[in-house]
Amino acid sequence: MTWELKADRPIYLQLIEQIELRIVSGMYNAGQKLPPVRDLAAQAAVNPNTMQKALSELERSGLVYSQRTSGRFITEDEGMIQQAKESLAKEQISAFFEKMQQLGFSRNETLSLMQQAAKEEE
Amino acid sequence: MAAILQCKGLSKRYSYVQALSQVDLTVERGKIVGLLGPNGSGKSTLIKLCSGLLVPTSGEILIDGKRPGVASKLQVSYLPERTYLNNWMRVSDMISFFGDFYENFDKAKAYEMLERLGINSRDRLKTMSKGTKEKVQLILVMSRNADLYLLDEPIGGVDPAARDYILNTILQNYNSNATIIISTHLISDIEQILDDVIFIKAGQVALTSSVDDIREGQGKSVDALFREVFKC
Repeated sequence: MTWELKADRPIYLQLIEQIELRIVSGMYNAGQKLPPVRDLAAQAAVNPNTMQKALSELERSGLVYSQRTSGRFITEDEGMIQQAKESLAKEQISAFFEKMQQLGFSRNETLSLMQQAAKEEE
Repeated sequence: MAAILQCKGLSKRYSYVQALSQVDLTVERGKIVGLLGPNGSGKSTLIKLCSGLLVPTSGEILIDGKRPGVASKLQVSYLPERTYLNNWMRVSDMISFFGDFYENFDKAKAYEMLERLGINSRDRLKTMSKGTKEKVQLILVMSRNADLYLLDEPIGGVDPAARDYILNTILQNYNSNATIIISTHLISDIEQILDDVIFIKAGQVALTSSVDDIREGQGKSVDALFREVFKC
Protein backbone atom coordinates (compact mmCIF):
# COMPACT_ATOMS: atom_id res chain seq x y z
CA MET A 1 0.00 0.00 0.00
CA THR A 2 1.46 3.35 -0.95
CA TRP A 3 0.75 6.63 0.76
CA GLU A 4 -1.49 8.78 -1.38
CA LEU A 5 -1.88 12.38 -0.34
CA LYS A 6 -4.13 14.85 -2.05
CA ALA A 7 -3.21 18.50 -2.27
CA ASP A 8 -6.42 20.15 -1.11
CA ARG A 9 -6.92 18.59 2.34
CA PRO A 10 -4.87 18.76 5.52
CA ILE A 11 -2.10 16.20 5.39
CA TYR A 12 -2.52 14.96 8.94
CA LEU A 13 -6.19 14.06 8.30
CA GLN A 14 -5.18 12.06 5.26
CA LEU A 15 -2.45 10.33 7.22
CA ILE A 16 -4.98 9.37 9.90
CA GLU A 17 -7.28 7.87 7.27
CA GLN A 18 -4.48 5.96 5.63
CA ILE A 19 -3.20 4.53 8.88
CA GLU A 20 -6.76 3.52 9.80
CA LEU A 21 -7.01 1.81 6.45
CA ARG A 22 -3.80 -0.09 7.13
CA ILE A 23 -5.17 -1.19 10.48
CA VAL A 24 -8.59 -2.36 9.31
CA SER A 25 -7.17 -4.08 6.25
CA GLY A 26 -4.86 -6.08 8.49
CA MET A 27 -1.66 -4.65 7.06
CA TYR A 28 -0.95 -3.60 10.61
CA ASN A 29 -2.23 -6.31 12.97
CA ALA A 30 -3.89 -5.80 16.33
CA GLY A 31 -1.25 -5.32 19.00
CA GLN A 32 1.53 -4.83 16.46
CA LYS A 33 4.25 -2.29 17.09
CA LEU A 34 4.26 0.68 14.74
CA PRO A 35 7.49 1.86 13.09
CA PRO A 36 9.04 4.98 14.66
CA VAL A 37 7.56 8.35 13.67
CA ARG A 38 10.60 9.23 11.62
CA ASP A 39 10.43 6.06 9.57
CA LEU A 40 6.72 6.44 8.97
CA ALA A 41 7.25 10.06 7.96
CA ALA A 42 10.01 9.07 5.56
CA GLN A 43 7.82 6.33 4.05
CA ALA A 44 5.01 8.80 3.44
CA ALA A 45 7.48 11.57 2.48
CA VAL A 46 5.96 13.98 4.97
CA ASN A 47 7.23 16.12 7.78
CA PRO A 48 7.78 14.14 11.02
CA ASN A 49 5.79 16.80 12.92
CA THR A 50 2.77 16.10 10.72
CA MET A 51 3.08 12.35 11.23
CA GLN A 52 3.38 12.96 14.95
CA LYS A 53 0.16 14.97 14.87
CA ALA A 54 -1.68 12.20 13.02
CA LEU A 55 -0.47 9.58 15.49
CA SER A 56 -1.49 11.69 18.48
CA GLU A 57 -4.99 11.95 17.02
CA LEU A 58 -5.10 8.20 16.53
CA GLU A 59 -4.01 7.77 20.13
CA ARG A 60 -6.87 9.97 21.23
CA SER A 61 -9.35 7.83 19.33
CA GLY A 62 -7.83 4.74 20.96
CA LEU A 63 -6.85 2.87 17.81
CA VAL A 64 -3.22 3.39 18.68
CA TYR A 65 -1.63 3.51 22.12
CA SER A 66 1.85 4.40 23.21
CA GLN A 67 4.07 2.90 25.83
CA ARG A 68 6.48 5.43 27.09
CA THR A 69 9.65 3.45 26.62
CA SER A 70 8.89 0.95 23.92
CA GLY A 71 6.97 2.88 21.28
CA ARG A 72 3.55 2.91 19.70
CA PHE A 73 1.27 -0.06 19.19
CA ILE A 74 -1.98 -0.86 17.41
CA THR A 75 -4.82 -1.49 19.85
CA GLU A 76 -5.43 -5.11 20.86
CA ASP A 77 -9.17 -4.46 21.02
CA GLU A 78 -10.51 -6.27 17.94
CA GLY A 79 -13.96 -4.83 18.58
CA MET A 80 -12.62 -1.33 18.20
CA ILE A 81 -10.91 -2.24 14.94
CA GLN A 82 -14.15 -3.74 13.67
CA GLN A 83 -15.93 -0.54 14.64
CA ALA A 84 -13.40 1.56 12.75
CA LYS A 85 -13.84 -0.71 9.76
CA GLU A 86 -17.60 -0.23 9.79
CA SER A 87 -17.39 3.52 10.11
CA LEU A 88 -14.96 3.66 7.16
CA ALA A 89 -17.40 1.54 5.18
CA LYS A 90 -20.27 3.88 6.06
CA GLU A 91 -18.26 6.85 4.85
CA GLN A 92 -17.65 5.13 1.53
CA ILE A 93 -21.32 4.30 1.17
CA SER A 94 -22.59 7.77 1.90
CA ALA A 95 -20.04 9.25 -0.51
CA PHE A 96 -21.29 6.81 -3.14
CA PHE A 97 -24.93 7.70 -2.51
CA GLU A 98 -24.04 11.34 -2.89
CA LYS A 99 -22.41 10.75 -6.24
CA MET A 100 -25.35 8.72 -7.46
CA GLN A 101 -27.65 11.49 -6.38
CA GLN A 102 -25.67 13.90 -8.52
CA LEU A 103 -26.31 11.56 -11.43
CA GLY A 104 -30.02 11.75 -10.64
CA PHE A 105 -30.63 8.40 -8.94
CA SER A 106 -32.68 8.08 -5.77
CA ARG A 107 -31.53 5.74 -3.00
CA ASN A 108 -33.92 3.01 -4.02
CA GLU A 109 -32.94 3.27 -7.65
CA THR A 110 -29.30 3.13 -6.63
CA LEU A 111 -29.92 0.05 -4.51
CA SER A 112 -31.68 -1.83 -7.28
CA LEU A 113 -28.97 -0.84 -9.74
CA MET A 114 -26.43 -2.23 -7.33
CA GLN A 115 -28.30 -5.50 -6.95
CA GLN A 116 -28.51 -5.81 -10.70
CA ALA A 117 -24.79 -5.11 -11.07
CA ALA A 118 -23.93 -7.65 -8.39
CA LYS A 119 -26.01 -10.31 -10.19
CA GLU A 120 -24.38 -9.56 -13.50
CA GLU A 121 -20.95 -9.92 -12.05
CA GLU A 122 -21.70 -13.38 -10.62
CA MET B 1 13.99 29.03 24.69
CA ALA B 2 14.20 31.99 22.30
CA ALA B 3 12.68 31.67 18.84
CA ILE B 4 15.34 30.64 16.37
CA LEU B 5 14.56 33.60 14.13
CA GLN B 6 12.96 36.88 14.99
CA CYS B 7 12.56 39.98 12.81
CA LYS B 8 11.24 43.26 14.11
CA GLY B 9 10.50 46.06 11.68
CA LEU B 10 13.23 44.65 9.47
CA SER B 11 13.99 46.71 6.36
CA LYS B 12 16.66 46.50 3.71
CA ARG B 13 17.31 49.03 1.01
CA TYR B 14 19.78 48.68 -1.88
CA SER B 15 20.44 52.31 -2.86
CA TYR B 16 17.09 53.17 -4.44
CA VAL B 17 15.46 49.71 -4.29
CA GLN B 18 13.46 48.83 -1.20
CA ALA B 19 13.99 45.06 -0.98
CA LEU B 20 12.32 44.47 2.38
CA SER B 21 10.19 46.81 4.39
CA GLN B 22 8.95 46.49 7.96
CA VAL B 23 9.09 42.72 8.22
CA ASP B 24 7.86 41.30 11.52
CA LEU B 25 8.37 37.60 11.80
CA THR B 26 8.93 34.88 14.36
CA VAL B 27 10.02 31.36 13.47
CA GLU B 28 10.13 28.70 16.19
CA ARG B 29 12.48 25.76 16.52
CA GLY B 30 11.63 22.34 15.14
CA LYS B 31 9.82 23.55 12.04
CA ILE B 32 10.23 23.23 8.31
CA VAL B 33 9.15 26.53 6.84
CA GLY B 34 8.58 27.47 3.21
CA LEU B 35 9.55 31.00 2.24
CA LEU B 36 7.45 31.61 -0.82
CA GLY B 37 7.15 34.56 -3.11
CA PRO B 38 7.51 35.59 -6.74
CA ASN B 39 10.83 36.64 -8.26
CA GLY B 40 12.25 39.76 -6.70
CA SER B 41 9.93 39.67 -3.69
CA GLY B 42 12.79 39.70 -1.19
CA LYS B 43 13.24 36.02 -0.33
CA SER B 44 16.96 35.91 -0.90
CA THR B 45 17.46 39.25 0.82
CA LEU B 46 15.74 37.92 3.93
CA ILE B 47 17.85 34.78 3.86
CA LYS B 48 21.06 36.77 3.43
CA LEU B 49 20.11 38.95 6.38
CA CYS B 50 19.61 35.79 8.46
CA SER B 51 22.98 34.42 7.45
CA GLY B 52 24.68 37.71 8.27
CA LEU B 53 25.84 38.38 4.71
CA LEU B 54 23.80 41.57 4.67
CA VAL B 55 23.10 44.04 7.44
CA PRO B 56 19.66 45.58 7.90
CA THR B 57 19.06 49.17 6.84
CA SER B 58 16.74 49.47 9.82
CA GLY B 59 14.96 47.23 12.27
CA GLU B 60 16.31 44.17 13.96
CA ILE B 61 17.00 40.54 13.18
CA LEU B 62 17.81 38.01 15.89
CA ILE B 63 19.08 34.47 15.51
CA ASP B 64 18.38 32.49 18.68
CA GLY B 65 18.05 35.82 20.48
CA LYS B 66 21.33 37.27 19.19
CA ARG B 67 22.32 39.55 16.34
CA PRO B 68 23.87 37.68 13.39
CA GLY B 69 27.63 37.52 13.92
CA VAL B 70 30.46 35.12 14.56
CA ALA B 71 28.44 33.06 17.04
CA SER B 72 25.39 32.78 14.81
CA LYS B 73 27.49 31.52 11.89
CA LEU B 74 28.04 28.32 13.80
CA GLN B 75 24.33 27.89 14.35
CA VAL B 76 23.28 28.77 10.81
CA SER B 77 23.91 26.56 7.82
CA TYR B 78 23.29 28.43 4.58
CA LEU B 79 22.81 27.13 1.06
CA PRO B 80 23.16 30.04 -1.37
CA GLU B 81 21.26 30.07 -4.62
CA ARG B 82 24.42 29.95 -6.65
CA THR B 83 27.55 27.90 -6.36
CA TYR B 84 30.55 29.28 -4.57
CA LEU B 85 32.59 26.11 -4.57
CA ASN B 86 35.84 25.97 -6.51
CA ASN B 87 35.54 23.96 -9.68
CA TRP B 88 38.97 22.37 -9.45
CA MET B 89 38.26 20.81 -6.05
CA ARG B 90 37.29 17.22 -5.49
CA VAL B 91 34.29 16.43 -3.32
CA SER B 92 36.62 14.96 -0.72
CA ASP B 93 38.57 18.27 -0.68
CA MET B 94 35.35 20.14 -0.03
CA ILE B 95 34.52 17.83 2.83
CA SER B 96 37.84 18.41 4.57
CA PHE B 97 37.47 22.13 3.85
CA PHE B 98 34.06 22.23 5.52
CA GLY B 99 35.39 20.05 8.34
CA ASP B 100 38.12 22.62 8.99
CA PHE B 101 35.72 25.52 8.84
CA TYR B 102 32.85 24.27 10.94
CA GLU B 103 33.32 22.34 14.14
CA ASN B 104 29.79 20.98 13.82
CA PHE B 105 30.41 19.45 10.40
CA ASP B 106 29.82 15.70 10.43
CA LYS B 107 32.13 14.11 7.84
CA ALA B 108 30.74 10.63 8.28
CA LYS B 109 27.25 11.90 7.57
CA ALA B 110 28.44 13.68 4.43
CA TYR B 111 30.11 10.55 3.05
CA GLU B 112 27.06 8.49 3.83
CA MET B 113 24.77 10.87 1.94
CA LEU B 114 27.17 11.01 -1.02
CA GLU B 115 27.14 7.26 -1.22
CA ARG B 116 23.38 7.09 -1.12
CA LEU B 117 23.10 9.61 -3.93
CA GLY B 118 25.72 7.73 -5.91
CA ILE B 119 28.28 10.53 -6.00
CA ASN B 120 31.95 9.61 -6.11
CA SER B 121 33.91 11.68 -3.63
CA ARG B 122 36.99 11.52 -5.87
CA ASP B 123 35.19 13.43 -8.64
CA ARG B 124 36.08 17.02 -9.31
CA LEU B 125 33.29 19.57 -9.28
CA LYS B 126 34.05 20.76 -12.81
CA THR B 127 33.20 17.35 -14.23
CA MET B 128 29.75 17.38 -12.65
CA SER B 129 26.38 18.39 -14.03
CA LYS B 130 24.53 21.33 -12.53
CA GLY B 131 22.16 19.01 -10.69
CA THR B 132 24.96 16.94 -9.19
CA LYS B 133 26.76 20.08 -8.02
CA GLU B 134 23.56 21.18 -6.33
CA LYS B 135 23.32 17.83 -4.59
CA VAL B 136 26.91 18.11 -3.35
CA GLN B 137 26.25 21.57 -1.97
CA LEU B 138 23.11 20.47 -0.23
CA ILE B 139 24.94 17.53 1.31
CA LEU B 140 27.64 19.86 2.63
CA VAL B 141 25.05 22.16 4.14
CA MET B 142 22.88 19.42 5.64
CA SER B 143 25.89 17.61 7.13
CA ARG B 144 26.35 20.33 9.68
CA ASN B 145 24.64 19.97 13.03
CA ALA B 146 23.19 23.45 12.92
CA ASP B 147 20.11 25.02 14.51
CA LEU B 148 18.90 26.93 11.48
CA TYR B 149 19.24 25.74 7.91
CA LEU B 150 18.64 28.33 5.22
CA LEU B 151 18.11 26.73 1.84
CA ASP B 152 17.78 29.18 -1.02
CA GLU B 153 16.25 27.36 -4.00
CA PRO B 154 17.67 23.96 -3.09
CA ILE B 155 15.88 21.86 -5.70
CA GLY B 156 15.71 24.14 -8.74
CA GLY B 157 18.25 22.35 -10.91
CA VAL B 158 17.55 18.71 -10.21
CA ASP B 159 15.17 16.27 -11.85
CA PRO B 160 11.89 15.30 -10.12
CA ALA B 161 13.14 11.88 -8.98
CA ALA B 162 16.24 13.38 -7.39
CA ARG B 163 14.03 16.11 -5.92
CA ASP B 164 12.08 13.53 -3.96
CA TYR B 165 15.33 11.99 -2.85
CA ILE B 166 16.70 15.32 -1.74
CA LEU B 167 13.56 16.18 0.19
CA ASN B 168 13.86 12.83 1.90
CA THR B 169 17.47 13.58 2.72
CA ILE B 170 16.38 16.87 4.23
CA LEU B 171 13.67 15.17 6.28
CA GLN B 172 15.97 12.50 7.62
CA ASN B 173 18.90 14.71 8.41
CA TYR B 174 17.44 17.44 10.45
CA ASN B 175 16.98 17.09 14.16
CA SER B 176 13.74 18.03 15.80
CA ASN B 177 15.33 20.97 17.59
CA ALA B 178 16.44 22.62 14.36
CA THR B 179 14.50 24.70 11.88
CA ILE B 180 14.77 24.63 8.11
CA ILE B 181 13.73 27.58 5.98
CA ILE B 182 13.36 26.70 2.31
CA SER B 183 12.82 29.33 -0.33
CA THR B 184 11.46 28.06 -3.61
CA HIS B 185 9.00 28.46 -6.48
CA LEU B 186 8.43 24.72 -6.68
CA ILE B 187 5.68 24.75 -4.10
CA SER B 188 3.76 21.65 -5.06
CA ASP B 189 6.95 19.62 -4.79
CA ILE B 190 7.69 20.63 -1.25
CA GLU B 191 4.43 21.52 0.43
CA GLN B 192 4.03 18.00 1.74
CA ILE B 193 7.04 18.43 4.02
CA LEU B 194 6.35 21.96 5.26
CA ASP B 195 4.89 22.85 8.65
CA ASP B 196 4.42 26.52 7.95
CA VAL B 197 4.62 28.91 5.04
CA ILE B 198 5.57 32.55 4.77
CA PHE B 199 4.28 34.39 1.71
CA ILE B 200 6.36 37.39 0.85
CA LYS B 201 5.18 40.00 -1.60
CA ALA B 202 7.08 43.09 -2.73
CA GLY B 203 9.28 43.06 0.35
CA GLN B 204 6.48 42.56 2.85
CA VAL B 205 5.08 39.53 4.60
CA ALA B 206 1.70 38.84 2.98
CA LEU B 207 0.78 35.78 5.01
CA THR B 208 2.12 33.38 7.61
CA SER B 209 0.19 30.21 8.26
CA SER B 210 0.52 26.51 8.84
CA VAL B 211 0.02 24.36 5.77
CA ASP B 212 -2.76 22.41 7.44
CA ASP B 213 -4.62 25.61 8.30
CA ILE B 214 -4.50 26.71 4.69
CA ARG B 215 -5.78 23.37 3.48
CA GLU B 216 -8.41 23.14 6.18
CA GLY B 217 -9.60 26.75 6.02
CA GLN B 218 -9.43 27.31 2.30
CA GLY B 219 -9.86 23.78 1.00
CA LYS B 220 -6.98 24.23 -1.36
CA SER B 221 -3.30 23.50 -1.59
CA VAL B 222 -0.61 26.04 -0.78
CA ASP B 223 0.32 25.95 -4.44
CA ALA B 224 -3.24 26.92 -5.45
CA LEU B 225 -3.38 29.66 -2.82
CA PHE B 226 -0.04 31.01 -4.00
CA ARG B 227 -1.29 31.23 -7.58
CA GLU B 228 -4.30 33.13 -6.30
CA VAL B 229 -2.44 35.57 -4.05
CA PHE B 230 0.24 36.32 -6.60
CA LYS B 231 -1.92 36.29 -9.69
CA CYS B 232 -0.33 38.47 -12.36
